[in-house]
Amino acid sequence: MTFLNYLISGISLGSVYAIIALGYTMVYGIAKMLNFAHGDVIMVGAYTVFVAMSSSGLPALPAILLSMAVCTVLGVVIERVAYRPLRGAASPLAVLITAIGVSYLLQNLALLIFGSNTKSFSTVVPLSPLKLAGGQITISGETIVTILASILIVVGLSLFINRTKPGQAMLAVSEDQGAAKLMGINVNGTIALTFAIGSSLAAIAGVLLCSAYPSLTPYTGSMPGIKAFVAAVFGGIGSIPGAMIGGILLGIIEIFGKAYISSQMADAIVFAVLIIVLLVKPTGILGKPIREKV
Amino acid sequence: MAILEVKNLGISFGGLRAVNEFNLTIEKGELYGLIGPNGAGKTTVFNLLTGVYRPDSGVIFLDGKDITGKRTIDISKEGIARTFQNIRLFGKLSVLDNVKAGMHNHHTYSAVAGILHTGSWRRAEREMDEKAMQLLKVFELDQEAEHLASNLPYGKQRKLEIARALATDPKLLLLDEPAAGMNPQETQALMDMIRLVRDQFDMTILLIEHDMKLVSGICEELTVLNFGEVLAQGETSTVLAEPQVITAYLGE
Amino acid sequence: MKKTISRTARQNAITYGIVLAFFAVMQPLAMTGKLSSSLSGLLIPFCYYVVLAVSLNLTVGILGELSLGHAGFMCVGAFASAFFSKCVQGTITNSLVRFLLALLIGSAFAALFGILIGIPVLRLRGDYLAIVTLAFGEIIKNLVNVLFIGRDSEGIHFSMKDSLSLHLGEGGEVLVNGPQGISGISRDSTFILGTILVLLTLFIVLRLIQSRDGRAIMAIRDNRIAAESIGINITKYKLMAFTVSAALAGAGGVLYAHNLATLTATSKNFGYNMSIMILVYVVMGGIGNIRGSVIAPVVLNLVLDYFLRKFQLMGDSPVLQFLSDNRMLIYAIVLILIMVMTWSPKMVEKRNALFGRRKESKEG
Repeated sequence: MTFLNYLISGISLGSVYAIIALGYTMVYGIAKMLNFAHGDVIMVGAYTVFVAMSSSGLPALPAILLSMAVCTVLGVVIERVAYRPLRGAASPLAVLITAIGVSYLLQNLALLIFGSNTKSFSTVVPLSPLKLAGGQITISGETIVTILASILIVVGLSLFINRTKPGQAMLAVSEDQGAAKLMGINVNGTIALTFAIGSSLAAIAGVLLCSAYPSLTPYTGSMPGIKAFVAAVFGGIGSIPGAMIGGILLGIIEIFGKAYISSQMADAIVFAVLIIVLLVKPTGILGKPIREKV
Repeated sequence: MAILEVKNLGISFGGLRAVNEFNLTIEKGELYGLIGPNGAGKTTVFNLLTGVYRPDSGVIFLDGKDITGKRTIDISKEGIARTFQNIRLFGKLSVLDNVKAGMHNHHTYSAVAGILHTGSWRRAEREMDEKAMQLLKVFELDQEAEHLASNLPYGKQRKLEIARALATDPKLLLLDEPAAGMNPQETQALMDMIRLVRDQFDMTILLIEHDMKLVSGICEELTVLNFGEVLAQGETSTVLAEPQVITAYLGE
Repeated sequence: MKKTISRTARQNAITYGIVLAFFAVMQPLAMTGKLSSSLSGLLIPFCYYVVLAVSLNLTVGILGELSLGHAGFMCVGAFASAFFSKCVQGTITNSLVRFLLALLIGSAFAALFGILIGIPVLRLRGDYLAIVTLAFGEIIKNLVNVLFIGRDSEGIHFSMKDSLSLHLGEGGEVLVNGPQGISGISRDSTFILGTILVLLTLFIVLRLIQSRDGRAIMAIRDNRIAAESIGINITKYKLMAFTVSAALAGAGGVLYAHNLATLTATSKNFGYNMSIMILVYVVMGGIGNIRGSVIAPVVLNLVLDYFLRKFQLMGDSPVLQFLSDNRMLIYAIVLILIMVMTWSPKMVEKRNALFGRRKESKEG
């Protein structure tokens, strides 16, 4: 029964990774860049909810909506100010290094505003835990909400991309920016929209992450952010269902690693997964091979 | 004996047959043209010959040696050099260093020798400098030897790419649309230069070209590709007179 | 050509000259006690910062790949060498010999880790290297913190739990004590040795860049497909540059470790923060500009650490206080500004128009 409990908490953690990974995978697929600051947007989202609920006394739902709005604006501003000027730069390293600068900036701004003390985050989920098999298996309310939220988001995002015009524009931009432009698609606008969606998802991920693991510091987002990138690579970068599968698998691997191997080595195990995936199947589970044009 | 012999070469990309049953024989010292409309598979042939793509079928013999399926760097060592449709230079290296990079596998010394500046380093570098400057003189680039490659004007960048390819000391030189983006005068000068390269270096050249004037002016033999298939093959004047070639080029 | 050789030789000589001049000014001042204790305490850090920045620039500027785990290699070098020095403290009494051996061991271990990470990852596109090296840096730091090694009459004992589970016999001593690290290291690092290490690093990196191998490495950076087409082995040269860079970072770690009595691995010294700080030095000195990587760490530290503190003593200014308290925030802003200013295509175009240079050809 402990095995099942571990599995459930693995899926729960994995669902959070999946939501974060969606942001990475969309931005990577469409803007062709690794947005290092994505994890730190999660942290900003969590702090926003924290401040809204504990200082301003806002109820959970408005606080979450506010947080999504803040993160959306933040994502779009980051893209406009720091990344867009570097589109088409001579070296692909330029935008990557800038993204690291942005990540660092967000962390240190949070440090300046909120200090390095850990804030204890109170959960936004009012559900009581579900007990199964005579109390041997416990599923917390956070777990239920997290898993449901991730499924809803994946389905919603898939519908958005496949059924709506802006979604189709995203697909076109991800295939070929030049051609998309010639077809009259607003490439800059589409990329900005991608950042907006990815960042609002980051806000949700931040809230869910901090509800399950209720300690909030300026560095809260960075490790889950990096792991979610691993999940995106695992599932196949650029693929939305891939992000979901990769996220959940990675969450299960991490929890099992912690439980059965060593809690201090859990991170190392996650990164070992990355290296193995890159060695065996660099395109991930559902990824498409990228052929460089010669 | 033929320098290049290609038999039944083919490759598909996701169901699309990009090149099909491609045969080609080029004799030593020949100037051979590969022409065809956009998307006919010309550059794909180059990519197959240089190991960028692995063919699904067929064999490639270079100077009697089977090189089918070898890696790009091994094919370079075997003696095929190429230029690219969209110029690919080492932009932040000097013009001289671009050519010296081409000699990478011919004048070697260990990394330690390079750091300690041993005799082998001194000899190899001196030989490379001399040879590279000779090459640059042929292409009238010796005055710009110290410039960054990315700062050269367009026409000179094209020339430098050919010089770099020749620096690998190839048996066969592949030129991918060398006249792209050039005006008539520049194209004329390029034709003279390609002939000069063939004569002075005793080189066999296969070139892809759109410019009919250039093709009919310098190529002795032609292959015309259309939708990945060979449409016509043979002596230049004969091929260009064939009705199906004219149709493919000019439309109905 | 003769002309080129003499010109690069002159450029190199200037770089070495800057290091020697700095040494010639600082060493007598330090010897005669004319430097404040905070400044003289910075002399050896200057040396390892420069070694780290120059070696990272080899990866970032010359190879064109981003490594975010440079501090991890430094950590490997520091711990491997400190462990060695601690073990042989009784047997090798000459501190110079001990330091040189430690230097070899530290760099060799770091190089080994460089190869182990480089082989799987360097075949893939750049972003993955950034993530994997970042992960590596964090893993190494965590590993060192759960590492316990002790020695008694029976030999070496090893554990990953705590020092008690080493089960040391009578008279045994704990050499590596998990989060407490390695203590009682002989402080063999000196400013002279540090300066020599800087010169050696420059010698290796500059001559590598200007050799056949360096040309191959930069050719890969500028156009991988073209480099392959002229017969350059991509993996081999990427691995060569990355490994040399890792080995030199390890050497920097050796200098760092032997400047301390107790070596621990925290997120301050060997974490992501350190890797980013070195990256900031490289970006500020200019990506690919080796001389810049010599100057930037020294200038930044002098300005931020030394002068700011000095000004603060003279008068209480809130601005200065803020600057010195939020160094990392300033670094982040400067990093973004420099990248956008120097690399954005629009800015490059403006700059070229200003200096009348031709527009660079664009890759298709």
